[in-house]
Parts: sequence; structure tokens; C-alpha cells
Amino acid sequence: MERMVDDMKNSLKHNKILTDVLIIGGGTAGCYAALTLSRNSNLSVAIVEKANIKRSGCLAAGVNAINAYIVDGKKPEDYVDYATKDANGIVRNDLLLTAAKRFNAVTAEMEKLGLVILKDAKGNYVARGNRNIKINGENFKPILAKAVQEAENVTIWNHINVTDLLVEENTVKGAIGFCISDENVYEFRAHKVIVATGGASGLYKPNNPGFSQHKMWYPPFNTGAGYAMGILAGAEMTSFEMRFIALRCKDTIAPTGTIAQGVRAKQINAHGEAYEGKYGVTTSERVYGTVKENQLGNGPCYLQTSGIDKEKDEELFKAYLNMAPSQTLKWMESGKYPSEQDVEIEGTEPYIVGGHTASGYWVNTNRETTIKGLYATGDVSGGCPQKYVTGALAEGEIAALDIIQKIDQEQSREIDDNVAFKKIEEYEKILNKETYFFTAKELEEAMQKVMDEYAGGISTHYQYNEKQLNLAEEKIEQIIKLSKDLSASDMHELMFVYELKERLTVCKQVIAHLIHRKETRWHSFNENLDYPNIDSGYYKYVNSKLKDGRLQILLRDIVQEEVYEHKN
Amino acid sequence: MSIRINLDKCVGCLRCIEVCPGSLIKEKDTKAFMKYPKDCWGCVSCVKECKAGAIEFYLGADIGGNGGKMNVSYEGDIIHWNITKSDGTVKVIDVNSKDSNKY
Repeated sequence: MERMVDDMKNSLKHNKILTDVLIIGGGTAGCYAALTLSRNSNLSVAIVEKANIKRSGCLAAGVNAINAYIVDGKKPEDYVDYATKDANGIVRNDLLLTAAKRFNAVTAEMEKLGLVILKDAKGNYVARGNRNIKINGENFKPILAKAVQEAENVTIWNHINVTDLLVEENTVKGAIGFCISDENVYEFRAHKVIVATGGASGLYKPNNPGFSQHKMWYPPFNTGAGYAMGILAGAEMTSFEMRFIALRCKDTIAPTGTIAQGVRAKQINAHGEAYEGKYGVTTSERVYGTVKENQLGNGPCYLQTSGIDKEKDEELFKAYLNMAPSQTLKWMESGKYPSEQDVEIEGTEPYIVGGHTASGYWVNTNRETTIKGLYATGDVSGGCPQKYVTGALAEGEIAALDIIQKIDQEQSREIDDNVAFKKIEEYEKILNKETYFFTAKELEEAMQKVMDEYAGGISTHYQYNEKQLNLAEEKIEQIIKLSKDLSASDMHELMFVYELKERLTVCKQVIAHLIHRKETRWHSFNENLDYPNIDSGYYKYVNSKLKDGRLQILLRDIVQEEVYEHKN
Repeated sequence: MSIRINLDKCVGCLRCIEVCPGSLIKEKDTKAFMKYPKDCWGCVSCVKECKAGAIEFYLGADIGGNGGKMNVSYEGDIIHWNITKSDGTVKVIDVNSKDSNKY
């Protein structure tokens, strides 16, 4: 079937690619899935990435440590206990345990590929705390990407922005997207698809809303694409109300753990009082305590570094250069080193990210979503908080191994051609439209303001009530309407339009989830002023899915079984 | 937070364009051009990729930038992080890529 092309200034070339397995997103999880497929099968693999896999995803600048590792004397079950307590019970035990059992093996594999890990005189890894080991993570991603480049049967498609899954009768058949630098559309048809696009940043007004708007914790290029394409295809999602807010060095939004654990710096308020004890030490309580101290007029809050040995300054400079170089530059710019001046801290804007909290696709134990043949790994996959980098690697491996076992290469990849044609027409319409009244960037700002003020952003100290959420919903709907008229003058701008649409889809989901968890289970992450306490009736997952254009909310019981399979 | 590209030093290898995780750098007249400075995450992938030393990283004034800038050069396993402060003084921090973080 041929596509009718109108006589338009911009018509896109339609390329169709057949593959056994399609991986959407070439970050940590996607790359490791590709590597696993290549090493354990002869399947053809296409890995599609909107930037370039060398530095794309969360690890662009590097990573400070391996933060999910089973150190000597500990068991995977201990990690599961820790993550379960930290998330106040709203986790999937099966997912945490299957990930934790692989943390050490995937770490060893990364070391074989060239990752530098600190060892003692006996050759054992040096622990940093109870669950962490020390590494040089500056080149983590290039090491992994190089292995993928050299892997057999893997084709890398850089600079292709995927917008939609191709799904028929709840079975995935592939995905479609466009090149961001020339006028080509790529339709991938596959037997199995892994979505590994990461979480969502940029939903809320950021800490630095001006020139440094993208100096944020989470990659600003992770726009929630995978969530949005799953939501629109009818996949079930979980725990979008469990937002993640990171406690960070002020302005540079650099990690605090390196200082807190490295030089044992305490969190103190403006009066020099250590305040952690008052609020608790779970991930959300550390943020909450800092927010509260500021609300009480006891801010700014700091990590107390003044007084540390001078030589520790140099080690901190190096550690930050390996993961967040802006912090080292900031110390240089201020003229005062950490030993001379405490480091001011603040909470970030809220993110949706399944690697830290539990938001994402509702998956079975093997990471298959509720759409047949579609797997979710890494930050886009839900139920498995604090999986971090090693968890993303582990999930990539788990999904890949399940695919190798279950794939049927005889299975049809056919789907009505009109599905792709309609999408291409949509791209072309946006490219050929008269310049619209608003730009995608302007609507992004509007969206971030609504989320900030009505859905618990920085300006309301992460708090909200139902009336505010209802207003947020109404206002986001209005922006969604406006977004339908956006225009784009080139392929990069076309990506901006879809990134905004993705974020709006995720925002709607976040608001609906926040409305339906009528309790405060995690301070700051869901600080519901109408229901300020924990309600044991909400010891459940809040799940959602789009059906016939309407978002349905399901409260599911906590999964107890060791192996979970989708039933309905 | 962003980067500046020194066009006199840029040799047009375009490796920065290829590596930027936001695809923010574009080609203009055979050289690299930072098209979206406000969209920069500050990951310095491009700075590390630039063997000509043409790309400098700086902090926006809104997050404490004071006119200082940073780039890198390589010597075997050693990464020299060259930081030029606004008063012209230079501090070089050497990181051995074979050494782990101590913290």
C-alpha cells in the first residue's frame, strides 16, 4: 500500500525496518538489554536513541558510585528490606529481589568491560556504606556504549526520536518516530519491544527557572516519552503519585551523598543544629526535614563541611569532576572550598522516575508490561524503587533473557499500514502549519507553572490539596488543547512538540494518581494536606490505565507472590 | 550553565554535535554552533570530546557563575581539568581515569 503524499513543502520519507527485537532508548537499561541479546542469541536487535548512545541517558556526566550493591555480609533480601522500608511498603518484592540478585553479577560484568572499581589490598571492592561501592564512573556510559557498538547483530539508530508504539489487539508490533536532523520517518516492526526511555523531568518548574533551567538533577532530555507512549497505548501504570524529589547541592543540583557519606557531613540548619534526628532518615524524610526547617525560618540548610581536612577538598573536587563537574567549578567560582564553607542544600522539583521511586509501567516479574510483547526496563519500569544503575542493568538483562526464551520469529509483525500513515501525516501537519500563536517552549513554561503551583511543586513546599489538584487538572487540559495547534519549523522543533505532548500526558497521570492516594504515605513525595497521615487502607498500589479515552484508576493489593503474572 | 565554542580553535570535526545527549549543538559554516544554550544540562560530554580544546564550560550567573570557565585536556590516563577563573588565574585539577573516587 502506497502512501498518498500531498504537494506540501515538507513531506517525510517513510523507511520501514524489520527486526526481531526493538529497544527504544539507548541509556543504561537499553544498552545492557542489547548486549545481553547479542551475547545469548542470534536475534536481530535494533536500538533506537534520540541522541547518541555514547553519552545519552542518566550517566552522561558520570555516576558517583554503585549505589545498589550487595556488600560482604549482606544478602539480596537485606536490600529488598531496605528499599521496602524506604518506600513505606509500596514496592514489588518480586521485582526488587530479582534485581538485587543480579546487582553483583552485572557490576562484575561492567568491571570486565573496563569500569574502574576501588579495591583493597586483598582485591576486594571497598564498600561505601551498607549498599554501595566506590568507582570511577566518569566513563561508565562510553564503556557500555562501546560494548554495544561492537556487539554482533545489533544495529544502533542514533538521533531517531520515537513517538508512538504500534499496538494492535493489545500486542506490540513495533514503534514509529522520526530523525531529528533530516526528513526521514522510521517505522520499526518487531516481534518484541523493550521500552527503556527513562523517566520524566521538566514536568514541574525547576529550581533554576531562568538561564540555567536545565541545570537539574534528572536528565532534562528524559521527557517521559516511554510513559506517554505506554499510557496512550493502554498500558497499565503504577505509583505515579510517588514522585521523586532529590536533596541536592543548591544551584548546581549536584549529588549530596558523596559529601554526606564521603566526609560524614551532617545536615544542619542556619543555627548550626543537626536536624535529621527530628524528621527521620528515609529518602523522603531527608528532603522533608530540609523543607520543614526552611518553612520554620531555620534556613538555609547545609551539609556541614567546614572544618574537614584540606586534603579532603581535593578529593571532593575530583569526585565531583567525575559526575557533576559544575559543583567543582562552583567551588572555584566562590573562592571558598568545602573545608572553609558549608555546602547549601535544597530539594529539587519533583520527577517521575522508576529507578528511585516506584513510578512506571506495571510489569510482571520478567518485566513484561500489560501490553503483550512489550517490556519495560530501567527508570520507565515501576514497582522497583532504588534500583539505580545496577538495577537498570539487571532489568535490561532480565527482559532480554525472557525475550530469548519466548520469542516466536514466525509470529506476524503485520499491522494495518494506516496506523503509520496517520502518524506521518500528523508529523507533516505540524511541520507544514503556519507558525502558531504559541511555541512548545512557552507551553512548557505554562505547564511547569501549573504543576508547581497546583500539584505540589517547589513553591508550595511540595504540598497540595484536592482543590488545587482539580485546578491543575483543568489547566493541564487547557494546555493539552493548545498543544494540538503547535507548529515546528524543522525536525528538532518537531521533537520539542512531541516532548511537550509527552510531558503533558505524564502530568495528567501524575495529577490523577495524586488525587487518588488519599493519605500522606511519603512526606514531600506525596504531601496531601487534606489527608496528612498514613492510612492503612491505602497500603495498596495506585494503578491506572487509559481505556476508551478515559483514565481508569485501580487500587491493587500488595503483591506477595514470588512470581507475578498479569491476570486481567 | 552552558558552553561556549571558540570558533578560532574549532577544527570542524563535529564530534561534539554527535555526542551531545540533548543534540543541542548544530553545524554552521563547517563549524560547531551551540544552538540551544539554555537547554544545556552541563554534562560536559562535548568538552571531553573536543580534542581541540575549543569548548569551554561555564556557570550561568543565576547559579553562581562568576566568569570562570573550564575545559579538559588529556595526557594518557590523566584528564587535566583546566579552570580559568575570572581574574585570569588558572587551576588545573588532574584526575587519573584509572583511579576510583575516594568518596
